[in-house]
Amino acid sequence: MFENFSHSVLQHYWWIIVSLLAAILVFLMFVQGGQTFVYSLGKTKTQRKMVVNALGRKWEFTFTTLVTFGGAFFASFPLFYATSFGGAYWVWLLILFAFIIQAVAYEFRSKPNNIFGSGTYEAFLFINGLLGTVLIGTAVATFFTGSDFRLDDMNRVTWGNSWRGLELAFSFGRYETYINLSLGLAVFFLARSLGLMYFLNSIDDETLDKRIRKKLWYSALLFLVLFLFFLVNILVMKGYAVDPETRIVFLEQYKYLNNLLNMPIVLIIFLTGVVAVLFGLIVSLTKASTKGIWSAGFGTILTVFALLLVAGFNNTAFYPSYSNLQSSLTIANASSSKYTLTAMSYVSLVVPFVIAYIWYAWKAINKKKIDEEEMSDEESHAY
Amino acid sequence: MENFDMSLIDWSRGQFALTAFYHWLFVPLTLGLSFIVAFMETIYVRTGNPEWKRITKFWMILFGINFAIGVATGLILEFEFGTNWSNYSWFVGDIFGAPLAVEGIMAFFLESTFVAVMFFGWNKVSKRFHLTSTWLVALGANLSALWILVANAWMQNPVGTEFNFDIARNEMTSFWAVLFSPTAISKFLHTITSGFVLASIFVMGISSWYLLKRRHILFAKRSMVVAGTFGILSSVFLVFSGDESAREMARVQPMKFAAMEGLYKGTTNAPLIAIGFMEKPTPPGLERDFAFKIEIPNMLSYMAYLDVNKFVPGIEDLLWGNEKQNIRSYEDKVKKGKKAIQALALYKRSAKISDSLKFAGDTARADKHKNTANEALAIFKTNFKDPDGSYNFGYGYYAGHGRSIKELIPDVPTAFYSFHLMVILGVHFGIVFLLGMIFIYKRKIIKKRWYLWITFWTIPLAYIATMLGWLLAEMGRQPWVIQDLMPTLSAVSQLDSSSVKLTFWIFAGLFTALLLADFFILRRQILIGPKEGGK
Repeated sequence: MFENFSHSVLQHYWWIIVSLLAAILVFLMFVQGGQTFVYSLGKTKTQRKMVVNALGRKWEFTFTTLVTFGGAFFASFPLFYATSFGGAYWVWLLILFAFIIQAVAYEFRSKPNNIFGSGTYEAFLFINGLLGTVLIGTAVATFFTGSDFRLDDMNRVTWGNSWRGLELAFSFGRYETYINLSLGLAVFFLARSLGLMYFLNSIDDETLDKRIRKKLWYSALLFLVLFLFFLVNILVMKGYAVDPETRIVFLEQYKYLNNLLNMPIVLIIFLTGVVAVLFGLIVSLTKASTKGIWSAGFGTILTVFALLLVAGFNNTAFYPSYSNLQSSLTIANASSSKYTLTAMSYVSLVVPFVIAYIWYAWKAINKKKIDEEEMSDEESHAY
Repeated sequence: MENFDMSLIDWSRGQFALTAFYHWLFVPLTLGLSFIVAFMETIYVRTGNPEWKRITKFWMILFGINFAIGVATGLILEFEFGTNWSNYSWFVGDIFGAPLAVEGIMAFFLESTFVAVMFFGWNKVSKRFHLTSTWLVALGANLSALWILVANAWMQNPVGTEFNFDIARNEMTSFWAVLFSPTAISKFLHTITSGFVLASIFVMGISSWYLLKRRHILFAKRSMVVAGTFGILSSVFLVFSGDESAREMARVQPMKFAAMEGLYKGTTNAPLIAIGFMEKPTPPGLERDFAFKIEIPNMLSYMAYLDVNKFVPGIEDLLWGNEKQNIRSYEDKVKKGKKAIQALALYKRSAKISDSLKFAGDTARADKHKNTANEALAIFKTNFKDPDGSYNFGYGYYAGHGRSIKELIPDVPTAFYSFHLMVILGVHFGIVFLLGMIFIYKRKIIKKRWYLWITFWTIPLAYIATMLGWLLAEMGRQPWVIQDLMPTLSAVSQLDSSSVKLTFWIFAGLFTALLLADFFILRRQILIGPKEGGK
């Protein structure tokens, strides 16, 4: 069935899949957000243990989604993989660094004889929560604000700045830096808000409950302010458009706003997402509800999904070069061949099945909330 | 042609080798131990005997500690293709990306979802569901090995692909050819069975230690029965798949095959060296003599072609050619490869100029450049690969500019010693499994202290053997990233070598620290032992 689709349709299909994976990844970064609260929420050893264990049974999903996102992006848009990873070297390596230390932290933290002490592994969790979210958010912002690179005839990348991508977060003379950082920090505070709502949903402890709801106010408000700043900026700025005939990239005023208006379905997805996030936050803040995570999580997925469609669809360069416009990547020039996309599209049919068993296993494990009793039970595995 | 920053290439290779090395310290145990705990839990569910539950749970704890760090190092490997080998990522991303994506979708989620059930589900889900989860973890872990090994095998034997000259990259023409490439199948089987053997040795070795200390005796014996049985069966497959791998290598990577035997001058009825020590080469020749060797007559020809009379080409036959045996020289391939590279550049340039002239309305000049482009393309096509399908393209990077044809020879002692030591160790493991089963059957194992000590100290040997296998596979194919198509020097990302040096040391420090933590945690868990042991 996929053989009958045009190359362009398959490129759009794969952009949808990659965007969806990225959107799910942002939602699952509630784990990272939650990790930044290990100390401030857990005042006693048992409370800390409950917080860590609530996250400990989910961190693998985030990690796996990140790996799968990388693999899917590689398979479908290899030129992005080559250009961005090989170009913005330091950004990606810092992100990787932040995730290596996370992978061992849960398993090693409470084990005897772990050399560095549980405090070190808790610090690993914090670093992962902070760097992982801020850097990924900042990197995604460059899908709108552009980077400084050039591709030669053989599509080999030359990065313009010796800071290798870090300049996108630190060259404060450039206005776009603030847009990049605003998204990075917005993702950080969103992840924290989601993390807090996840705790409400999965831990059964009264003192923690109160503390969580108080902290949620700060995270939620900071997230909203930062996200609004990012959103307004990208909607009013010039965006990187592509002429569908000549494939020439040019700057177009209000490009991203136009994209939203030209693609009403995307606009609806976006608005639904925003409303769902707000609803989740409000319910958690004003009522005793513990279900906020579902609405806010679902909303996060929709919002991020819509934003990435805005970055890639409607003749837009999704990975623009501001110093060399014609080197910008579009879903047409960065993609795999029609054959590979077709083959991979068949593989993608497995995804609903994967989601189904994840859902089933998640439900089975979360049937009962984490409480003090479970943490003191020798028989159940705990971090 | 351009100049290459060799220091950048060396550090980039070093970084990849470092991460791959650390990753492979943890993966084989995951591959095998996942099955061993699945067997144990199956026995528990079948018999309902709580002793088997304790056995399962103990090995599962060790599995979990080892698993976490394998995950951590695996992430880096995937992304390093982009960060450090970006030219590679574009040049073959159309083929190479697919198995990585399939691995994520089909294997990693299976593994990570059910690992959570395996660890946290004991009191939350039914026995059956838990057992199924354990089996799915084993399946997931080995499925992920399948896909990454398919990717690796493709680098060793790039099948199912066609070069697209317009965008200067290779494109997939057959997913099935990539997946069912004979190189991929033998590599997959040989690698996972090596993991099974390592995990069996791991379980046997630790159990031996308990027996030596007269602790958890029933527990240790039961663990040994499971691991010993699994080990013997796996060893059989290990030998067959290794034999198959060697034949594949002789076919698609004759240089690696020659290097692994230290064969400089090819011969018919080639003998296999069972044990040998090499001397330092005496200039000016290439050849290294053997100070000492024991040979099995005809065996190498038989191993490579199942025919004792067949000619096995040596390193010199490959470099300079051998007309009698119809072997084309690397010299010739370098010449053709260079022509192909130059023609491709000219084609790209002329086509681009032609397009922009056409856009400007200057049709006459546009056509002229179009002609130049077409001529260049014709030259490219005749030189890119030979009619028999073998590539010349990658060899072109070794023409001029201080490059030498001798760079096309891998490090011979590395290949030779890693291969021979690996085989010797493999035989040793087989003997360990067999003796262990005999001693258990005769109820004598606890008295055979020498055997128990040897088995315990075989654990590090199992790690060394599996590392040697990769050393042969990866060092033996140098300088190729993709056999005959792309050498490391054209695959690397253009970075400052100082950046790569810095990340190399960061990773080296971090991984070593984590390895130490992993080691001491494992050691402590083993010292603590299973709860309420089986005395």
